[in-house]
Amino acid sequence: MEKTITAVIKKYNGDETRLMDILIDIQAELGYLADATVAQIAKTLNIPQVDVEQTVSFYHFFARQPRGKYTVYLNDSVVANFHGRAAVARAFEEAAGCAFEQVSSDGLIGLFDTACMGMSDQEPAALINDVVFTRLTPTRARELVAGMKAGKTVAQLHGNKYGDGQNAHPLIHSMVCNNIQRRGVMVFDDYEPGTAIKRVVTMSSNEVIAMVKAASVRGRGGAGFPTGMKWDFARKAPGDVKYIFCNADEGEPGTFKDRVILTELPQLVFEGMAIAGYAVGAKQGILYIRNEYRYLRAYLEQVLADMRNNNLLGPLTAGKAGFNFDVKIQFGAGAYVCGEESALIESAEGKRGEPRDRPPFPVEKGYLQKPTVVNNVETLCSVVKVMLNGADWYNKLGTEESKGTKVLSVSGDCAKPGIYEVVWGFTVNDILNMVGAKDVQAVQVGGPSGSCIGSSEFNRILAYEDLATGGSLIIIGQHRDLLKDVVLNFARFFREESCGSCVPCRALTGMAQVLLEKIIAGKGTAGDVENLRSWLPIMKHNRCGLGQTALNPVITTIKNFKGLYDQRIKAGDLRFAPSFDLAAAVKDYEAAVAEV
Amino acid sequence: MLEKTMPKKIIATASLAGCFGCHMSLLDIDERILELIELVEFNKSPIDDIKTFTKECDIGLIEGGCCNDENVHNLIEFRKHCKVLVALGECAIMGGLPSLRNTIPLKECLDEAYLNGPTVADCNEQKIIPHDPDLPKILNRIYPCHEVVKIDYFLPGCPPRADLIWDALVALVTGAELKLEYSTFKFD
Repeated sequence: MEKTITAVIKKYNGDETRLMDILIDIQAELGYLADATVAQIAKTLNIPQVDVEQTVSFYHFFARQPRGKYTVYLNDSVVANFHGRAAVARAFEEAAGCAFEQVSSDGLIGLFDTACMGMSDQEPAALINDVVFTRLTPTRARELVAGMKAGKTVAQLHGNKYGDGQNAHPLIHSMVCNNIQRRGVMVFDDYEPGTAIKRVVTMSSNEVIAMVKAASVRGRGGAGFPTGMKWDFARKAPGDVKYIFCNADEGEPGTFKDRVILTELPQLVFEGMAIAGYAVGAKQGILYIRNEYRYLRAYLEQVLADMRNNNLLGPLTAGKAGFNFDVKIQFGAGAYVCGEESALIESAEGKRGEPRDRPPFPVEKGYLQKPTVVNNVETLCSVVKVMLNGADWYNKLGTEESKGTKVLSVSGDCAKPGIYEVVWGFTVNDILNMVGAKDVQAVQVGGPSGSCIGSSEFNRILAYEDLATGGSLIIIGQHRDLLKDVVLNFARFFREESCGSCVPCRALTGMAQVLLEKIIAGKGTAGDVENLRSWLPIMKHNRCGLGQTALNPVITTIKNFKGLYDQRIKAGDLRFAPSFDLAAAVKDYEAAVAEV
Repeated sequence: MLEKTMPKKIIATASLAGCFGCHMSLLDIDERILELIELVEFNKSPIDDIKTFTKECDIGLIEGGCCNDENVHNLIEFRKHCKVLVALGECAIMGGLPSLRNTIPLKECLDEAYLNGPTVADCNEQKIIPHDPDLPKILNRIYPCHEVVKIDYFLPGCPPRADLIWDALVALVTGAELKLEYSTFKFD
């Protein structure tokens, strides 16, 4: 153990800010992070043990106990459940002989729930020892467990049927499918790597930023902050060392566009980072990518190596004297909140992914307290095309306040789930027709942190001025129990993913789940619904976007589907809480007394 | 002195799974209790030792949450007889100290308390858990009052300060708005 730890830490020059990489690598070697391992890591890095503990305990994929020779993380998202997750889970449990959140008695198989893993167009999906398995069925689950018991490798379990496009690349070899249903001009279009950056280096950084500003490129993560302005702030911030982050954490349930972009067009993303680096004056780019996409690692590293060989990265980037920009890959370890830019930075520094107080903003003091730009994958793609085709071309696409295109991740109850690149300004109805969705009860726009809308709002347009979205659309059919199948799942998700730093988020996400369960069980009152609704202003005091929007699934359904709540709440004499059951409450006592 | 023109309001109080600290705090209003008694009449309450409701009441003050079925029946009686019910203090509002047992299965608690705990292991030879029909049955966990009946107002504190109880009572009795300074509900 000591040898492994020393070797891994040496690989990262004993740099404690690389703790995430260190832990990931050590866990890969040792299987889990035992108490002794954690103590040894702290000792070797010469930092307090609690600093290691706090990071380890924050992330879902770090294990303090053995999680089995084969560790199955089965997605428990709304869409996975739409497509039969419960039956798959049962099949796994029966075949493996242990329940979820447990390891089989022989230590062979561990079964664990996990949040949406970016495969919503091919659910139910699972990660088995970091390898993605999609479209699982009960039969397939039994087959996999039989394979594990027979000692097959994970690659053997996976087999050699690969997905479309680059998923079949020898360095990926994954069954994951792209499902690109509609190509647009910004991302999924012809593209010659290097053309844009070579043009950019002939311009001044001022000119580059002016062009991005003229095109009114806005952040594609959901918030829509003007990209040119962000770059300008970072460029003007004092300091020689600056950083460009590409945010590929993509934890919002129902979103998977970054996965497809990084599979098919990683050069486009890295080129966008180089352009940002040139504009801002940064030498180092960091792609922060979620652990669920680890199967892309070798491929992405190869793409980076090729780009270095072609002078698109590294010394003399794009042939420009004095411009030396490179990109490294930073993996997360399972935490939704790390998609928030300051949490992402904290995580990249090897700490718990807890959002920072702002100001100072990352553009002033970000990664390692240096000016830092954090851009979404798709934003960086857009910038490349702006550089190639000009601001005017870009401005002709989309609506008044939303220029360019948006890559949508569509999943749920529709005929053609997958990736759709559309110009801004389509109505929800247009999209529903496009994806072959019939008998739609509701659409979850922008993931759980967005809003759940009903048919009366399907004529609204997707744009920052109306329905802003990071791109996730989950379609919910008439036959679904919206509160139980969707809202409750999201409520649990937020309770799990709250980092716990702000009290309203930590406490009310838990209480919301309890009240929702009560209402669903038919024991809620109008007061409970009113309570839930009244918490919205309190949630606005949370520090980050996750906390501020964590009750949105509940709030937006109370607003748009009040009838579903009214149907379930108790009317009549509400002086006595209908959820309290005295007979059930004294059962344990009666049993204990009867026993002795 | 407060105006005494209105008819006296009737108050009832109870300590359920509490420590009587909130009642002590109520007594801490000191000489104002003389003023209070001009304004209100006490009914069922440990203060005057009236054991059962003899009148319908205007205000019920509940200290403590519910740890056994007697607490539950008591609380329901209060809800039936009081127009306004106030959860007084941490235990009534959130379960408080007794709710520390909420994460431990009841069986383990009873085992520790009556069967195998260091102070009882040697003396409870017959291994009896008290269960006379006259004894209340212990609930599987502590329930805060609002999970059993509707609570109209919550007065936080452990215990709530005497001044806060006084101000709240005056507001309830006179119908005037309770003025809450920021410092009243800022705890950190």
